[in-house]
Amino acid sequence: MSYKLPIGNWVAAGVDWLEHNDHGLFDKIGKIIDASTGAIESGLAFIPFWLLAAIFIGIGFWRLGWKFALFCAASFLLIDNMGFANQTVVTLALIFSATLISLALGIPFGIWAGRNDRAEAVIRPILDFMQTMPAFVYLIPAAMFFGLGRVPGVIATVIFAMPPVVRLTSLGIRQVNKEQVEAGIAFGCTPTQLLLKVQIPSAMANLFAGINQTIMMALSMVIIASMVGAGGLGNDVLSSISRLDIGLGFESGLGVVLLAIMLDRITESFGVKRKVN
Amino acid sequence: MNTTSNAARSNEATEAKVVVKNLYKVFGNKPDVAMQMLYDGKHKDEVLRQTGQVVGVLDASFEINKGEIFVLMGLSGSGKSTLIRLLNRLIEPSAGSVIVDGEDVAKMSTDKLLNLRRKDMSMVFQSFALLPHRTVVENAAFGLEIAGVDVKERERRAMEVLEQVGLHTFAKHMPSQLSGGMQQRVGLARALTVNPSLMLMDEAFSALDPLRRTEMQDVLMKLQQEQKRTIVFVSHDLDEALRIGNRICIMEGGRVVQVGTSDDILQRPADEYVKAFFNGVDTNKYLTAKDVAQKEQVTIFERPDDLANGFSAALERMRIYDRVYAFVLDEQHKVLGVVSAESLMACANKSGAKLRDAILPDKTAIPSNMPLNEVMKKVVEYACPLPVIDENGEYIGAITKTVLLRKLCKEKLA
Repeated sequence: MSYKLPIGNWVAAGVDWLEHNDHGLFDKIGKIIDASTGAIESGLAFIPFWLLAAIFIGIGFWRLGWKFALFCAASFLLIDNMGFANQTVVTLALIFSATLISLALGIPFGIWAGRNDRAEAVIRPILDFMQTMPAFVYLIPAAMFFGLGRVPGVIATVIFAMPPVVRLTSLGIRQVNKEQVEAGIAFGCTPTQLLLKVQIPSAMANLFAGINQTIMMALSMVIIASMVGAGGLGNDVLSSISRLDIGLGFESGLGVVLLAIMLDRITESFGVKRKVN
Repeated sequence: MNTTSNAARSNEATEAKVVVKNLYKVFGNKPDVAMQMLYDGKHKDEVLRQTGQVVGVLDASFEINKGEIFVLMGLSGSGKSTLIRLLNRLIEPSAGSVIVDGEDVAKMSTDKLLNLRRKDMSMVFQSFALLPHRTVVENAAFGLEIAGVDVKERERRAMEVLEQVGLHTFAKHMPSQLSGGMQQRVGLARALTVNPSLMLMDEAFSALDPLRRTEMQDVLMKLQQEQKRTIVFVSHDLDEALRIGNRICIMEGGRVVQVGTSDDILQRPADEYVKAFFNGVDTNKYLTAKDVAQKEQVTIFERPDDLANGFSAALERMRIYDRVYAFVLDEQHKVLGVVSAESLMACANKSGAKLRDAILPDKTAIPSNMPLNEVMKKVVEYACPLPVIDENGEYIGAITKTVLLRKLCKEKLA
């Protein structure tokens, strides 16, 4: 019992082969991601910090009432006071672009998995892989392919953050009342009509829960992604660790927590509203 | 049932709306193997044991007439819900044909099938199956929306139907704001809005409490009176089947055991299964006071202007007909009460007494819709014949012990 399957060698060889034979594919993907993330970041940076705060406070007031609006105001004041305004904007931009990519890929995959048992059987283990494979393991190859910077950060974040929205979309579609689906078919829906008029609207609560989870996962991942130079609040966390600066560590960590609470409550409120029915 | 409506029905009956011929449904991954075994005469239990395929519907053949309510009945697992879904191909048949208006649904192209479902066939579900994110009127307009009718027109037609089922004031509500009975009215409205000639109703009222259930049955019967549609109604409730069904189809283990009118089935059950099914039926529940009431009793009209008060005339008529009791009615035929020869004579001797004064206390009239088993209690309780009144309080007949016994004997013999 001494033979060891050379799984590691295979993967390393595969990655090596890809690196030399991709014919610029990764470059192109990298450029697209870099450009879109850059656009979002400069777009957000173009908005003054106080206006960004005002938008959060406004949405918080609209969805959750004045208490939460007050909390948002206090959070933004504190973040600004701690000197994390710029980093917060960068982090938000990373979250937005990673989330957009995750949803753009994840919702169609979720719908597919929800309507097709075979697709579900194939997609599920892949999702397990994406969620549980330690992030550092693919962060390094990603940096090899795309170079340091926000691109490998966004890609690693997408890998980590996409599974919840796929899972919950699929679950939502599968949980639509059987007779509601039958009603759709009985009244003459085509498969597309059935999806758009019956299945997706009924799966909305789950879909929003998935979006919420994806945003939260993205937030936790963009912090780790600072290791490959993604930037944002993660940089401060990282430098506090390397300098053993407990004070800075706590402050930057607190910034992340405040951002997380605001994003969570706000996105959650969109899902809950739909659950009422 | 009078003769004219029978004649009308038999005219319609010459045309079948739906013809089901040798219809089979096998659930599983190897339906062909199972079908071959069934054609070879193997029992469905053997098919299940050898191939793991579940036979849902087994060689069903029957016709559904235009304009009738055809009830599919059976215990759970008898295949009735599968069968109704084979009619609009929510479930694909394994073999056989479903001919609707001369066209075989089982072999129809997808386009034709979609068109049939959109224009001519609709369905009502046990769990209502309304879309929770849509308002009542949007739900009712769903079928037309799928068929591509524009918003204005479809909501106008949905509103008309909602008015028919008495829900137009709730048009802008969400389904979750309505009670179960109201939600199923929306389900019914959704099915009616496409103006189908064939309506499939799968345990449509089973989720409702008994009171709402009868109410919905009445709504359905009223709609059916206004516009005759062909309705296939799945039910496990005998009450319901006997109440609304023109004909009943009894199913057991995927087989059609018997098709016939409720009388056919009650009086000439095809086999022991059907007989056992109906053993629990208490026919007294389906008969009400008005079915038994006879106009054999003496009735006396109270006339306010009659100076003689009519005592002697009343007594004389009771003597002629050999009756001990009589009913006093006012000029609108409303029952005032029961008098006896004794009470009349007692009053006749008093000066200034009126017929009213001779009325016996505690002898109440029976409403015409009282079920027979309750009527029995009353008749046993009071010695005298009991007057039966309609909803306006007007006299329609009387029930005595003799009348009641005669009726019950007839029922038992039948």
